[in-house]
Amino acid sequence: MSVDKDTVRRIAKLARLAVPENRLEPMAGELNGIFQWVEMLGEVNVEGVPAMTSVVAQKLKWREDNVTDGGRADDLMINAPDGTDHFFVVPKVIE
Amino acid sequence: MSDQIAMTLAEARDAIRAKKISSKELTGAFVAAIEKARPLNAFITEAGEQAMLMADAADRRIAKGEVGALEGLPLAIKDLFCTKGVRTTAASKILGNFVPPYESTVTQNLWDAGAVMLGKTNLDEFAMGSSNETSAFGPVFNPWRANNSNANLVPGGSSGGSSAAVAADLCLAATGTDTGGSIRQPAAVTGRVGLKPTYGRCSRFGIVAFASSLDQAGPMTKTVRDAAIMLGTMASVDAKDSTSMDVPVPDYEKLLEGGIKGLKVGIPKEYRIDGVSAEINALWSKGAEWMKAQGAEIVEVSLPHTKYALPTYYIVAPAECSSNLARYDGVRFGHRASGARDITDLYEKSRGEGFGAEVQRRILIGTYVLSAGYYDAYYSRAQKLRTLIKRDFDQAFEKCDVLLTPTTPGPAFAVGAKTTDPLEMYLQDVFTVTVNLAGLPGISVPAGLTESCLPLGLQLIGKAFDEATLLRAAYAIETAADFKHSPAKWWNV
Amino acid sequence: MSAAPKSKTLKGETGDWEIVIGMEVHAQVLSQSKLFSGASTEFGAEPNNQVSFIDAGFPGMLPVINEKCIEQAVRTGLGLKAQINLRSLFDRKNYFYPDLPQGYQISQFKDPIVGEGEVFIDLKDGETVKVGIERLHLEQDAGKSLHDQHPNSSFVDLNRSGIALMEIVTKPHMRSSEEAAAFLKKLRAIVRYLGTCDGNMDEGSMRADVNVSVCKVGGYEKFRETGSFKNLGTRCEIKNVNSMRFIVQAVEYEARRQIEVIEGGGTIRQETRLYDSKVGETRSMRSKEEAHDYRYFPDPDLLPLELDADWVEAIRKTLPELPDEKKARFMALGLGAYDASVLVAERELADFYEEMAKGVDAKAAANWLNNEILGRLNRDGLSITQVPVSAAANNAIITMVGDKTISGKIAKDLLDIVWTEGGDPKQVVEQRGMKQVTDTGAIDAAIEAVIAANPDKVEEVKAKPKLSAWFVGQVMKQTGGKANPVAVNAALKTRLNLPDEG
Repeated sequence: MSVDKDTVRRIAKLARLAVPENRLEPMAGELNGIFQWVEMLGEVNVEGVPAMTSVVAQKLKWREDNVTDGGRADDLMINAPDGTDHFFVVPKVIE
Repeated sequence: MSDQIAMTLAEARDAIRAKKISSKELTGAFVAAIEKARPLNAFITEAGEQAMLMADAADRRIAKGEVGALEGLPLAIKDLFCTKGVRTTAASKILGNFVPPYESTVTQNLWDAGAVMLGKTNLDEFAMGSSNETSAFGPVFNPWRANNSNANLVPGGSSGGSSAAVAADLCLAATGTDTGGSIRQPAAVTGRVGLKPTYGRCSRFGIVAFASSLDQAGPMTKTVRDAAIMLGTMASVDAKDSTSMDVPVPDYEKLLEGGIKGLKVGIPKEYRIDGVSAEINALWSKGAEWMKAQGAEIVEVSLPHTKYALPTYYIVAPAECSSNLARYDGVRFGHRASGARDITDLYEKSRGEGFGAEVQRRILIGTYVLSAGYYDAYYSRAQKLRTLIKRDFDQAFEKCDVLLTPTTPGPAFAVGAKTTDPLEMYLQDVFTVTVNLAGLPGISVPAGLTESCLPLGLQLIGKAFDEATLLRAAYAIETAADFKHSPAKWWNV
Repeated sequence: MSAAPKSKTLKGETGDWEIVIGMEVHAQVLSQSKLFSGASTEFGAEPNNQVSFIDAGFPGMLPVINEKCIEQAVRTGLGLKAQINLRSLFDRKNYFYPDLPQGYQISQFKDPIVGEGEVFIDLKDGETVKVGIERLHLEQDAGKSLHDQHPNSSFVDLNRSGIALMEIVTKPHMRSSEEAAAFLKKLRAIVRYLGTCDGNMDEGSMRADVNVSVCKVGGYEKFRETGSFKNLGTRCEIKNVNSMRFIVQAVEYEARRQIEVIEGGGTIRQETRLYDSKVGETRSMRSKEEAHDYRYFPDPDLLPLELDADWVEAIRKTLPELPDEKKARFMALGLGAYDASVLVAERELADFYEEMAKGVDAKAAANWLNNEILGRLNRDGLSITQVPVSAAANNAIITMVGDKTISGKIAKDLLDIVWTEGGDPKQVVEQRGMKQVTDTGAIDAAIEAVIAANPDKVEEVKAKPKLSAWFVGQVMKQTGGKANPVAVNAALKTRLNLPDEG
């Protein structure tokens, strides 16, 4: 599998990263280097091996259904780049 | 004054308890040392004023006889831990001037025990790196320099600010986080102790996430005893972290001096790899001899999937990072690009401007390996490899109690030496990353100097949640190595 | 009951077409706090006031699951007669949107908590159709973007962000817009019976995405035989159709649109469309146009969700009687299928009926409820929970009719009185002298008075016995409607010497 310029453009779009046009080709090169190295995993027979879902051997903790949070709209907004009346504000989204 | 800041955490604790020194006095000495050491760039945010207030409060508690485990002891905090009211950057432009309205569980535990925060230490951006060169706030310089050289060396990474601060006596101890070696590797190349606890031992709540299934907080200290003391306070069972394990926290310091008679120490044969310096291999053998001399039994073990650990890591960690870093979108906090045409443009520009090159590279790798058509070939296969790697350790631990390995393939390298080829940088973690993949505890202990007088570390790996045995073994190495070296304080002019 | 009923076909220029419908319903779990945070789920709070830092995707925040939400999902699964998976996984669904603060939604992709189940839907003609349930999974709701507050900006409120949703996915088993609406109605009834979702569509606690495709007649049968989707047309997903009426309209419009496209030589593109209720049309959604690649992977912040089989069984034991079972019981009491399905559609209505029908004729009670109570509620714009006359009071009225204390006509007058004025029906009957007169003396006197006033009619009735009804009416009038009509009839027959079959 080889990563080309268009692939980099596509994944950059998926990741919402502005990658300048002149960086696409070099980035494809770097990623190819990494993916070629990673190819060695293909040597290993993983048939019947379960994928790890958690390294911790523990049952998922359950929380009681109580209201313990909220009511801190001010705190929520202090770091906001743009906000009004406790709303976060973004450029208009068209559905 | 230089005596005060050169104290170990345990010494300072005892001095404060014996009222030989006040927290304010000690804290003031560190605040002054930090100011002088600015050329090292170890801190992103110095919190001198706040530190003095915390020290004053500690002194008042001490006067009342209320003495916590870390009462009045000044610490440095990796700038990946959210600290309420104190800017937290993850060494990234994307977080802008983010001031968390909340405190991480680990730092809260420290403050609850009476500790004092000196400031937030530099790191690789979002903890992605092994040299602290990817920080948006500039590189950190290793306090150590090679004999007869003025070249600046890297302090390791990602917890490079913390390692430099501990080695340069800018704090009694520091916190770090370790996703692939980010505590142990910088500790090793700065001649200090770094402990990565078992996954689930310290809460991840309030720590800026890099790779959730691998990240683990731990102490960076001058001695093994100090690491035991710090871990005892940092570790807790936290209801706010679903992966925090429900296991009681023992008194690690008390269990330190039991000796290692009869302890079985495994030497994994696959850790003898090409490209590792002869000095490192020699030190490794010496370490085994030290342990044997103290009554341990040395056994050879096999971890057959070792060579797949690093590529496995470079699938799993970027995949998780690509998702964890999606929240940095310029909407609710952090950097927002100006002049965006629409919402997509806002995302792309803010993230393009806000993330550095290495972070972007990893986001792209992670996005690719999770994308349709590639998931099975990459992510799913890597998680299966992870199962096999963990199995290797399970089998090895049937034959031994701890494993002994080198921590790094070599000593600290020059700033800029490994920044052109990402793969070369990734190889720094070759001995440490397996431990994260298997969720095990690992510790690096300073064990010797290279010919050019740069420190080297040895790594011990323990069974899950058996940090007590790990620390006991590390203490044995520390005792035998008797590493008393410190860097010359060239920055104090 | 039949698995695949005859479909409603649509006429096109090239022949007859069939509609095939599947649904994805998002039902908000009834819980105090959110799926992974302790913020409240209450509707209608001030913007961003019911938001934790977890819901807002702040750095270092971690999810911890709410046990109530797990229980509610299992309860719903059991109510849908579905497979409960004792091990399920939470995955991250990655995409960017301003109301998705984490940049991913925690959902369940490969291993949902609930597997295959079934829902029986009740159609107007009394027929029942089985709709297969594909799965049910738990996931986080997104926040809300307001696009109409400002000319160049959208406003984001995260109060809804992180509330637990159950996404219930059906198999493509519905064949008409009516079936689709009936399915949603039935599902709503089930979750309301279970107490797992309030079913409030106005507040968005139940939202449906409808998948519509069309195929030539026969394609669906082949699909059911072979299981191959090749026999069906390309589907379009219509988002957030938030009322039963809109479902019918949206499906009808979309099916027509697809037929026109195909018959015009075009092809249907698999896409997400939005139903615009103002114009009654569906349109392509711009924001969903780009190809999606959600990059699902197990959420590393959470461990696999493991359930204890005994715990599931304990929940099963607490399930209430569900609509289908209730309907069967009502039918065994003598109610018709349609009447029974109407009564069980709302748990409150069924409960009201059951209380009202205690110790009285089931059918009489059902008729009373359908004709008198529901009619008045409808007239006054009230729901069954707002009914001004209690079930016990109605039971008293029906009981009085049954034991002939009052006549059927008086019963309706009585209901009108207590409906508007309140009061205990028995006391009202006493106080206002509404009791049925069975006293033969009083009835005889009234008969004599009518005969005396109408000698001509007396002659006529001897020739035409059917005229006796006129006499009954007159006597009832004389007694103010209170006379027992059976007693009046009997007395008249004796007095006028009429034959028995009159």
